[in-house]
Amino acid sequence: MVILFYIAAIVAILAALGVVLQKTPVYSALLLIVVLCSLAVIYLLLGAEFIAFIQVIVYAGAIMVLFVLVIMLLNARRETPGQGSRMARWLGGPLLVVFLAEIVLAAWRQFPGAASPPPLNAGPAAIGQLLFRSYVLPFEVTSILILVAILGAVVLAKKS
Amino acid sequence: MVPLAHVLTLSAALFVLGVAGFIIRRNVITIFMCIELMLNAVNLAFIGFARHLGSLDGQLFVFFVIVVAAAEAAVGLAIIIALFRNHESLTIDEIDSMKL
Repeated sequence: MVILFYIAAIVAILAALGVVLQKTPVYSALLLIVVLCSLAVIYLLLGAEFIAFIQVIVYAGAIMVLFVLVIMLLNARRETPGQGSRMARWLGGPLLVVFLAEIVLAAWRQFPGAASPPPLNAGPAAIGQLLFRSYVLPFEVTSILILVAILGAVVLAKKS
Repeated sequence: MVPLAHVLTLSAALFVLGVAGFIIRRNVITIFMCIELMLNAVNLAFIGFARHLGSLDGQLFVFFVIVVAAAEAAVGLAIIIALFRNHESLTIDEIDSMKL
């Protein structure tokens, strides 16, 4: 079980590197789907079954289909190399490394070793109970958000 | 059982990769995908903490983040289509009509 986590983690990191380094948007999108699926495996291992399947169906399925559709619709080819700002190269890289080191250091200091966490019942029934009791207001608000997003997308993409 | 520190390390690495892609890529769609990558890194941290604390609230936050990401993708891709219609280009260096 634990070894599966590390395999999925390595796949996720390599695919994410591919997303970032790939110059053709379609390849980036396909590699992002690999990242999302390996994250779904990790969610399964961490006891989040419902979220893992939502991840595959909604994220890797619906959202990424939308991305690939737009890439093909706009015929996005290999990007032309820009001049690239010098500040991003000389300041951005070191700052990102420092940021990563900070988080890793804090995480390893704060949570050393393998804890034995309390058991977690994360089936759809338990999630539904929580969603429609404690979180019913946010749930309703997200339905309005989705409605507004659909209307906004239609208005924005319409030919004027 | 996977230690929480390893999960957080993976999450941080994915987030940093997303930020790096956001900075170095020039295509609007790829930049948008890097934002999705960052959202997923944060989701992973939520799931890790939910497991660590034995609480379902973290997983519900991930649920809401996915819903918001779906709305964001719909609106963002519509904006990209409108951008392409007005500029005939997807390269951010050429989309600078709001620059002073």
